[in-house]
Amino acid sequence: MSTEIDLLQVAAFNAAYARTIDNDALEQWPAFFAPDCHYRITNVENEREGLPAGIVWADSRDMLEDRIAALREANIYERQRYRHLLGMPVLEAAEGGQAKATTPFMVARIMHTGETAVFATGEYRDRFVRQDGRLLLAERVAVCDSTVTDTLLALPL
Amino acid sequence: MQQTTPQPIHWKGPGNTRIPYALYVDPDVPAQEQERVFRGAVWNYLCLEAELPEPGSYRTTFAGETPVVVVRDGEGDIYAFENRCAHRGALIALEKSGKAESFQCVYHAWSYNLQGDLTGVAFEKGVKGQGGMPASFCKEEHGPRKLRIATFCGLVFGSFSDDVPDIEDYLGPEICARIERVLHKPVEVIGRFTQALPNNWKLYVENVKDSYHASLLHMFFTTFELNRLSQKGGVIVDETGGHHVSYSMIDPAAKDDTYKDQALRSDNDRYRLKDPSLLAGFTEYDDGITLQILSVFPGFVLQQIQNCLAVRQVLPKGIDSTELNWTYLGYADDTPAQRTVRLKQSNLVGPAGFISMEDGAVGGFVQRGIAGAASLDAVVEMGGDHAGSSEGRATEASVRGFWKAYRQHMGQNTGDAA
Repeated sequence: MSTEIDLLQVAAFNAAYARTIDNDALEQWPAFFAPDCHYRITNVENEREGLPAGIVWADSRDMLEDRIAALREANIYERQRYRHLLGMPVLEAAEGGQAKATTPFMVARIMHTGETAVFATGEYRDRFVRQDGRLLLAERVAVCDSTVTDTLLALPL
Repeated sequence: MQQTTPQPIHWKGPGNTRIPYALYVDPDVPAQEQERVFRGAVWNYLCLEAELPEPGSYRTTFAGETPVVVVRDGEGDIYAFENRCAHRGALIALEKSGKAESFQCVYHAWSYNLQGDLTGVAFEKGVKGQGGMPASFCKEEHGPRKLRIATFCGLVFGSFSDDVPDIEDYLGPEICARIERVLHKPVEVIGRFTQALPNNWKLYVENVKDSYHASLLHMFFTTFELNRLSQKGGVIVDETGGHHVSYSMIDPAAKDDTYKDQALRSDNDRYRLKDPSLLAGFTEYDDGITLQILSVFPGFVLQQIQNCLAVRQVLPKGIDSTELNWTYLGYADDTPAQRTVRLKQSNLVGPAGFISMEDGAVGGFVQRGIAGAASLDAVVEMGGDHAGSSEGRATEASVRGFWKAYRQHMGQNTGDAA
C-alpha cells in the first residue's frame, strides 16, 4: 500500500473532523492534530497583509486540549452547535508522507433558541503528515472570508 | 450647534447609581448621542500612527457612526475628514486602507486632495459650452467636514468639535501616564479582528470599566490567579469620569479564601493547563503591573494583559448593535520569541478569548433581559455612589464615572456624583 496521502484520505479525514465538532465530541478534536502542530483561526485580510495573529492560536496539541477543557469547565457561553459543510479539498502537494491541501468550509451556528445563521465561511489551509500510519494535521489555518465574528467564537472551526 | 429636545429620560439618584434601561432601548437615543457625544466635544480614536506609515497612507474608519478618512499627507501630517463626497454624499474612499495621491468619488468623479479639500469637479466648465457648474460655484466652500486631529503616543484621535480640550488636557495626567507606560516605544500591528456585539455600545463600554465582574464572569482569569479582587491593584477614574484605568498586580503570596467562603462558581482547583506556555510571559514593565485596562471616553480601550497588547475601538451600529474592532499589537523591536509569546497570549482576548469571550455575550444578555423594562433601572452601587479612583476592585466607580461624563455631554443634568 502506498504511503502517499491522496485526495480521498483527506476528504475522509475532513468529514470525520467536521462530524466530531458538530456532534459535540470536542474532546476528540485535538486527536486530529499531530502533537507538534499549528492551529490558527484568522481572516483573509490578516493573511493578505501577513499579520500573524489569530483569534485562536496554538502551537501544540496540548494547547488544543486546554482550549476544550476551558470550553467545558471555565468559559461561559450559550448552548450552541455548529454544522460544517466542507467542500472538496484541493490537494496541492503530496509526497514523502506529507501533503498540503486547502478545503473550503461553511459553518452554520445553531443557537439553543433555534436561531440558525451562517457563522463562518472560509478555507482551511492545511499541512498533513502521516504518523504511525495515521493521517494528522501538522498545520491547519482556518482563514475566514469575513473579518467579523458574531458575538463570540466558542467552538473551534 | 443645532440642539434636539432633551430626552425625557428620568435619572434617579443618588449619584449615578441608577441607570435608566431606556438608554439602551429608546430609538431616539442614538441620534442624540451621535450629535452630542461622538460629534461633540470628545476625541474619537481613529487609528494608530503606525497604520499610516508613509505619505498617502490612509485608513477609513468611523467617529461614532460617521464615516471618516484618516490620511497622512505629503508633508507627513495627519488629516481626517468625513468620508462623504461634497456633491451627493457618496463615500469617497471605499477600501479599509491603502495609499493614495488624491481621492476621487466614484459617482461623479469629484476629487479631493489628501487634506480633504475639494480640488476637482468633473465637467466644472461644462462640455462644449453646455452645462457645467455656475460661475459662482466655489470649490473652497464645499467639502466634507474636517476633523481636528490629535496624536498621543502613536494613537490618532479626531474631533468634530472646536471646543474639545487639547488631547493631554482631555485625558488628564493620570491617564496620559498610563498610556505612555504601554505605548512608550513604536508598535506594530500583528492582527485585526472585528466582533459584532448584539447590544448597545454603552453596555460594552460599561463592561470594560466594570472591574467587579472580571473575576466573577471570567473563570479562566480567576482559576489561574491572574485577577483576584484581593490582588493588589485599583481603579483610576479621571476628573471627568469618562476615562479610567483598572490595573492589578499578581501577588503569589496572596492566596485567599474569599471566593470559597462565598461559594461562588468561579473557583475550580481541578483546572490546570496541559501547555502552561500560554501563560509563560516575560517581564517587560518594571512596575509589576500585569494587567492594565484603560478606556478613553467615549469608545477607546488600551489593553495590557501580561504581554498581550491591543487597542479596541467601540463603534455604535444602531441602538442594539455594536462593532468592536480589535487591533493586536507588538513592539517594533520584539524578538521572535517575544512575538511568539504575544501571539500565544492573544488566546486570552478577542472574540474567542479565554478571558474575554464572555464579554461578547453578556451585553446581549442584558439587551435581551431588559426588553419590556424601559421604565426601570440598572443598579450600579458597588462601592457606594462616588465616581472617583479607589484602591479595591470591588467597585463600580468607573462605571458611574462613565455615566457622569455621558450625562455631561448629553446635557442630562448630572446627579450628585463626585
